[in-house]
Amino acid sequence: MSRIKTLQALFKRYRRPGDIVFAWLALIVSVLLLSQLADQTAWRSGGKLFAQPRFWPAVSLGGMTVFAALHLLGSALSERLHGRWHEVGLWAASFEYAVWFIAYASVVPYAGYLPATMIFAVALTVRAGYRRPWAILAAIGSAISVVLLFKPLLRVNLPSGLIYDSLPEGLRQIMLTYF
Amino acid sequence: MENLLAGLEMLARWDVMLALLVGSVGGVIIGAIPGVGPAVAIAILLPATFSLDPIVGLTMLLGIYGSSMYGGAIPAVLINTPGTAVNALTSYDGFPMTERGEAHRAVSLAYSASFWGGIFGILCLILLSPVLAKIAPMFGSREIFLAALLGVILVILAHRGQIFAAGMLAMFGIFLQTVGLDAVTYSQRYTFGLSFLSSGVNLVVVVLGLFALSQAFLLLLEPDSSPDAKPVKGRLGVGFKELLKHKRVATVASSFGVILGMIPGTGEFTAQFMSYTYAQKTSKNPDSFGKGSPEGLIASEAANNAVPAAAMIPLLALGIPGEALTAMMLSVFYVHNVIPGPQLFQNNIDLVYGLYFALIALNVIVMIFLVFSTNLLTKIIRVPTRFLGVMILLLSFVGVYSLRNSLSDCMIAAGFGVLGLILKRLNLPIVPIILGMVLGGIMEVKLRSAMPRLKTPLDMIDRPIAAIIFGMIVLVLLLHMRTLIKEWRAHQPETDHDMHDSQMR
Repeated sequence: MSRIKTLQALFKRYRRPGDIVFAWLALIVSVLLLSQLADQTAWRSGGKLFAQPRFWPAVSLGGMTVFAALHLLGSALSERLHGRWHEVGLWAASFEYAVWFIAYASVVPYAGYLPATMIFAVALTVRAGYRRPWAILAAIGSAISVVLLFKPLLRVNLPSGLIYDSLPEGLRQIMLTYF
Repeated sequence: MENLLAGLEMLARWDVMLALLVGSVGGVIIGAIPGVGPAVAIAILLPATFSLDPIVGLTMLLGIYGSSMYGGAIPAVLINTPGTAVNALTSYDGFPMTERGEAHRAVSLAYSASFWGGIFGILCLILLSPVLAKIAPMFGSREIFLAALLGVILVILAHRGQIFAAGMLAMFGIFLQTVGLDAVTYSQRYTFGLSFLSSGVNLVVVVLGLFALSQAFLLLLEPDSSPDAKPVKGRLGVGFKELLKHKRVATVASSFGVILGMIPGTGEFTAQFMSYTYAQKTSKNPDSFGKGSPEGLIASEAANNAVPAAAMIPLLALGIPGEALTAMMLSVFYVHNVIPGPQLFQNNIDLVYGLYFALIALNVIVMIFLVFSTNLLTKIIRVPTRFLGVMILLLSFVGVYSLRNSLSDCMIAAGFGVLGLILKRLNLPIVPIILGMVLGGIMEVKLRSAMPRLKTPLDMIDRPIAAIIFGMIVLVLLLHMRTLIKEWRAHQPETDHDMHDSQMR
């Protein structure tokens, strides 16, 4: 009996709620990826094993699956932690901000970097729960500073907005070059 | 000597000095804001430096890397929240000192110890350079392959209590770098017929997702707070006098920082922990540790600040990064067509010396800046956390999108942002993914180029350095097995691993 206990102790880890859900997901993803090995990688006949294009995906995914299985075993053998579904809910909630980010990236080539950044800074500030005028002003100010730092100053490679084409000639040139 | 002068000459340009100033001051500010680590800042600024001269871009990012830990000490001491993860132990003794009304003494000591550690690390790097220049050319493909393998093993084993998770994530990193078109055989690997995956998964996109976007999501989801740090009164230069009373602790701690900084996968946290333990064991007042001991504070800060210079050793000499920040620095080198590795010391030694001088200059700039602006920084760290989240999200966009103006990259980064959030919530490490990606790429390339010269597997270790590294790999694994068996026999309970919060780096 004591031997089983020590074996359990060896696999026990410091965890937080939701660990077992992540462990299952990681194992499922690892196994699914490994199952695609023959389909998604090539084997060159006559080539040495270590130089095969399949070699490193096989090693890494094999290792990942073994470690994921051990991670799951460790999680399953440790005592249950409450609040796992609340935690998973929080992970799911983060997708909202992932969508915000992708939406922002999709809008920039059309609305232009400066207008899109200002709109999203204000919208996200409101979404984050700030309603006071100082917060909105701070968001606008920060958005303008970010644009000024990266576009005209550091000359970072960002597209100009399609919307700028409809501006009057002089303003259009300025917006296309600097914002 | 002429190389030293050439290195100095490289720095004597207004744009390099400006980049160094912006990097160092920016690094301190970024380090001081809890929730934004240097990794986030470097990842965001990385693409912005692509258009700059190599030395300008490198000094700016080096400035952020070397100075963030100075800033991180401020909230660690004043509000018990480490600005960067590596300042965690600083808060153990720094905050009790603040509670006793000795905030000024604690902050001043932290700065002095950081400066001591920083300069000690650079001096070691400079003294070791001639040796490195001799040893580095002895590293051929197989030696670098074995060193990278050692790095992967160490980064997994360094995460005690989370080894399975660290192993899984390191393997995931190695897998990620294989995705795309194989450059040698021109065959697709795990692209699932999607054209945007043919060019592979970009390291910067993964870094930005895992470090920056995940932090933005986390800050936006968690309740809003505004850290309240009280201003510090008094001159901040006085810490040096007190530091001189604890020269031994500061020097030993810095040495730990240098040694562990050189070993891939270990880094600041282990160095800090070992120095702290050493300081406590050799102190006349071991009971005061954790209750506001100046020695504890010195040990922690001197150790973590000695690491950046030391971490540059494997990076510059072998092209092997030891942790996430040096992994990012490696991509900066590549972008600027400066390939770290044995040839760098032979062909570009002036650049290497230039970087050393930049490191010295940044420590001086940061000290001067901090002496005059600590109270200003206590105001900056009051930024509400959710607003900070909004800003990080907007800044991350620049980092991802400016790489190749690709919406697919933004989607991949957002996906990694969610993964990073999950890992942070579960207190699982992020660094193994990044190191897996970089070291996995190195291993694949070096093993391939070593193959034609190998007739039997034993040829892999028939050269002295290869045999030594192989011996180290075996030793590390055996030592780990021994510890596991000892723990099993002793029925030791697992310790709390909350301290292993390496993901913020």
